[in-house]
Amino acid sequence: MSEIVGTVGTVGAVEDSGDTMLGLREMELNFGPQHPSTHGVLRIVLKVDGERIVSARPDIGYLHRGTEKLFETETYPMVIPHTDRLDYVAAATNNHAYVLVVEKLLGLEIPKRAQYIRVVLDEMQRVSSHLLWLATAAIDLGAITPFFYTFREREVILDLFEDYCGARLTLNCMRVGGLQEELTPGWIEKLRAFTEDLGSKIDEYEDLLTENRIWKERTIGVGILNTERCIAWGVTGPPLRAAGFKWDVRRAIPYECYPELDFEIPVGKNADTYDRYLVRIAELRQSRRILLQCCDWLTANPTGEIRGKVPRVIKPPVGDAYASVESPKGELGFYLVSSGGNKPYRLRVRPPSFINLQALPEMARGHMVSDLVAIIGTIDIVLGEVDR
Amino acid sequence: MADEPKDVAAGPPAGEPAKPAEPAKPVAPAAPAATPAAAVPKPAAPPKAPVPAPVDAMGEPLVAALAAAVPGAVLGARKMVGQTTVTLAPDKLVEACRHLKDEDTFTFLVDLTAVDWKERDPRFDVVYWLHSFARGNERVRLKVGVPDGAPCPTVSGVWETANWMEREVFDLFGIAFEGHPDLRRILTWDGFQGHPLRKDFPVEGIDTGAAIYPDRYPEGGGPGPGDKNRKTVS
Repeated sequence: MSEIVGTVGTVGAVEDSGDTMLGLREMELNFGPQHPSTHGVLRIVLKVDGERIVSARPDIGYLHRGTEKLFETETYPMVIPHTDRLDYVAAATNNHAYVLVVEKLLGLEIPKRAQYIRVVLDEMQRVSSHLLWLATAAIDLGAITPFFYTFREREVILDLFEDYCGARLTLNCMRVGGLQEELTPGWIEKLRAFTEDLGSKIDEYEDLLTENRIWKERTIGVGILNTERCIAWGVTGPPLRAAGFKWDVRRAIPYECYPELDFEIPVGKNADTYDRYLVRIAELRQSRRILLQCCDWLTANPTGEIRGKVPRVIKPPVGDAYASVESPKGELGFYLVSSGGNKPYRLRVRPPSFINLQALPEMARGHMVSDLVAIIGTIDIVLGEVDR
Repeated sequence: MADEPKDVAAGPPAGEPAKPAEPAKPVAPAAPAATPAAAVPKPAAPPKAPVPAPVDAMGEPLVAALAAAVPGAVLGARKMVGQTTVTLAPDKLVEACRHLKDEDTFTFLVDLTAVDWKERDPRFDVVYWLHSFARGNERVRLKVGVPDGAPCPTVSGVWETANWMEREVFDLFGIAFEGHPDLRRILTWDGFQGHPLRKDFPVEGIDTGAAIYPDRYPEGGGPGPGDKNRKTVS
């Protein structure tokens, strides 16, 4: 016991309770906020009976920057860079959700070519986010090798982003009505070469993990959250699909050119950490499929408008609207209230990480402290989005 | 900040004091005001898409069914950009939500937030965004007007996910949710003074030292003269 106290956190209040695993008292301990497996600054107050978790209470807000307050002080185009910093490993989908809601309220049409490039950026972002997730989730459970493999591919994606918009993480790559920049020459060919290669790279990750006995022992049956509980907690994204529920914003509430693209929604059935891993791996393959189709389309249509007719000063009419995208973490939505001015009156982010994290106590109850590391990893939170 | 007069003008339509039958009316005069501004940059843009404007949605089957099932709950309904917003009476909110969840299969609460209209009465709108998987991914938005200082009934008993969302609204807007099982601050810390997303909270923030230790820090913030944490600029 003293070992865990030393590595995980400090001993807090101690409470008497009759029947416990080791015949000892229940103990409260702090997990984080400065713990590598919390992927940021997340504190979880654990009540443990020996090694077993009696209750887990997440304590968040360490990264709260008042983003929603800042939105209200910026004009509509100035908001976009702020959205990069929500889920900072998936900036393109954040940009996308935001511009979608403004376009919805303005009633703008987006040129086809811009739609395809947006989808390319989204799917590249999904791949890079899932690769980062795979690397960190595996390293949390002691598998170091996938980290080097996935970062090798993630690097190529970040280089492609850098080629396109100059930034690697905080992309600021979309504009209301379309895009700022046309693709650079030769970019599509580079993307295609990478994408075609990606299939065999995903096989390599699977070789390392899918039938790996330690990986399976650490993940199968850990952190189960079935469909009904997922919906009760508002959990979306891979955790919901791993529970066997086939629901994806790209299909359920289609946006951009997704209806024209051929892809499947992978689902799991056991709703545990292992199935969430399988779902994300399958999503990597589906994103690859989408990227190849987009490469074909963009090669066949090499020119065209990338920005619709956008008023110089963006002033959506009085009213409110909500738009969402399927971010790598789940449904990412923006709720915009416009008072007719050039700044949002209120702009609310529906953060999938925040809402998915809420299910953590239920997923962790009864598991060992070391399983908590797997469960935090499997929800795939980014604290920039949780705390905003 | 320059938008303030407009904000006030925009406030009433969303709120409950508007006549239940036609909440869309007060918005109509404001909408054309935005049109000339949008048309300025490109003179060659007359055949563009019309600016979205709200229309009355009391006749929608879902709204009519809700109004019939929970009498007195629906104060108004409007539709804009394909999204229906139903304004509810606060005292009927939980009953209406339960009906929507149990009878109309809105099992998924997508989002819950609030909007501060500052000078309007009631000051706040609490906004709910519901989703039904069984009705072909249909969504509906609910709104209740909550005066400053008044509690809003909790829906965390209907959708568990409302728990943290209501805590967030409590934290950032200062709206107390009556019956909430664990109403504590969530993004700011315990002991923080003020509610950052209220329109009268300064964007540049407040002195948090004074907020945590009001007795130790003098009015206006910063460590007092005898405090060892006081930094002196030489």
